[in-house]
Amino acid sequence: MAEVVLMKGNEAIGEAAIRAGCRYFFGYPITPQNEIPEYMAKRLPEVGGVYVQAESEVAAINMVYGAGGAGARVLISSSSPGISLMQEGISYLCGSEIPCVIVNMMRGGPGLGGIQPSQSDYFQATKGGGHGDYKLIVYGPSSIQEMVDIMFRAFSVAEKYRNPVMILGDGMLGQMMEPVSFPDETPPPDPRSRPWATTGNRGGKSKLLSSIILDPEGLDAHNWRLQEKYRRVEEEEVMWDLENAEDAEWFLVAYGTMARVCRAAMTMARREGIKVGLLRPITLWPFPKQAFEAVLPRARGFLCVEMSTGQMVEDVKLSVEGKAPVYFYGRTGGAVPVPRAVLKRIRDMVSGKAPSITDYYDRVAGGEIK
Amino acid sequence: MKAIYERPRALKDIVTHYCPGCTHGIAHRILAEVIDELGIQGNTVGVASVGCSVFAYNYIDVDFQQAAHGRAPAVATGIKRVLPDTIVFTYQGDGDLASIGAAEILHAAARGENITVIFINNAIYGMTGGQMAPTTLEGMRTTTTPLGRQPASQGYPLRVAELLSTVEGAAYIARCSLHNAANIAKAKASLKKAFETQVQKKGFSLVEFLSSCPTNWGLSPQEALKWIEEKMIPVFPLGEFKVKEGEAR
Repeated sequence: MAEVVLMKGNEAIGEAAIRAGCRYFFGYPITPQNEIPEYMAKRLPEVGGVYVQAESEVAAINMVYGAGGAGARVLISSSSPGISLMQEGISYLCGSEIPCVIVNMMRGGPGLGGIQPSQSDYFQATKGGGHGDYKLIVYGPSSIQEMVDIMFRAFSVAEKYRNPVMILGDGMLGQMMEPVSFPDETPPPDPRSRPWATTGNRGGKSKLLSSIILDPEGLDAHNWRLQEKYRRVEEEEVMWDLENAEDAEWFLVAYGTMARVCRAAMTMARREGIKVGLLRPITLWPFPKQAFEAVLPRARGFLCVEMSTGQMVEDVKLSVEGKAPVYFYGRTGGAVPVPRAVLKRIRDMVSGKAPSITDYYDRVAGGEIK
Repeated sequence: MKAIYERPRALKDIVTHYCPGCTHGIAHRILAEVIDELGIQGNTVGVASVGCSVFAYNYIDVDFQQAAHGRAPAVATGIKRVLPDTIVFTYQGDGDLASIGAAEILHAAARGENITVIFINNAIYGMTGGQMAPTTLEGMRTTTTPLGRQPASQGYPLRVAELLSTVEGAAYIARCSLHNAANIAKAKASLKKAFETQVQKKGFSLVEFLSSCPTNWGLSPQEALKWIEEKMIPVFPLGEFKVKEGEAR
């Protein structure tokens, strides 16, 4: 049994990456993820790795492009506004098929927004925030232990498909502390063991990592080959968790921090005799449509809860295909729905009173949610 | 029979896409010669930028990464940090390096990043059809300065070599011209010195090449070379702006 330590989420992310064989990190300060670059600046030199503080997030993601292209296992982290600045680089990484792991500890937007937890970058992460037809593989862990475990998986999946992987956390997961244990260490890979990496041609054929294909037929073929890869990811990498699914008639759908809040609300609802289950997507792309197919025969309704104005709920609707009602409850800007508020929406769902958008303003109007 | 002049091994035997009279071909040739002479072809990674030289990897026979517009020094940083004993260079034009990539080049120099930058200054955006560049001369006509560049509203040309020579991390900074044989010989010597600076791990090196763009300047190839000498050199003086002596870091 591995040693259990109490760690802050952001620091656990850094330690997990190092133990997963990552030796390169390119960062730029932004709250609420600063503990990740700070941890890497201290720890990486101790293990023979390199930390570079870039001049901007724009430069940082392009350093990742260079380092990943040179065959290294490389990590980058930021929070929402910084991730927006990286979208160009992410598109190039996908086009040139360079693996890396990107962490987004989401904060409230739009614009400079706030520094409190949020989930309003779901669209950007899962639908392609940059230009072109591409997909990121996106994980939405809901505990520090799960972030650690997913970090190991993230590197191997990124390298398996030669595609960037995003771990979509939020300020809450980054800032809180939990007991965590780390899997066995993985040694860093030898860059020269990757046949596609630009490590010098050594007298052989020169290698090229590029995303420019001016010939329309060639670019079309490249795009369809990428799509074929994404279909394989959909078949092989989708992950979800179902709780209380055996007898559940009503389902909460949530990821990350919101899944934890929903778990508490589920317990409260069950005490009232409402048979609630929790469907928790772990991969946000590919989205676990299969999980819905499994529970749809007996599901009477789905309540999607997010720290956004409703983003993942669109994928929930697409997965449910109109076969059951889908409700939504969300708050934004660092306001985290509390279990009691989610319970109220569960009761509303069960009683047929659909939550309306005015519910968001209950607190603003001064009315405490009962 | 002894060959006295032949294609460098690092230069692929392929017709380039460059316009007649463009000096990219000359810059490519001397780059390939330097790679050959230093014996680094098998241990070099190039970074192509966005602009006419986006396809440099089609001509220079080394491993290459193609970077986003302006980001080549950041990409090169990533490569060099993973492979510190590999020779890494970027090949960038004036729009790429001095405009959209101004932050990346400045900070790569400030970090003393041990890479070599080949900077092609032809005072115009070539690939996109002749728009104003940060290096466009005062009064010079481009498609976006139809009346000639007016400093009052469009500013002044940026002198990159001078600017970067003030940066502590820069180890070798020079400006050369490709307009005649004597200057091409000097340009090659400077480029070799820049690569040697990297081999000796002394820090950041950059060679700026004053280059021609007859197509977008609206001049014949011969007139274009004369234009470099008469119009560009007075604004962009030639020479070594920084030569850091001493031991490798």
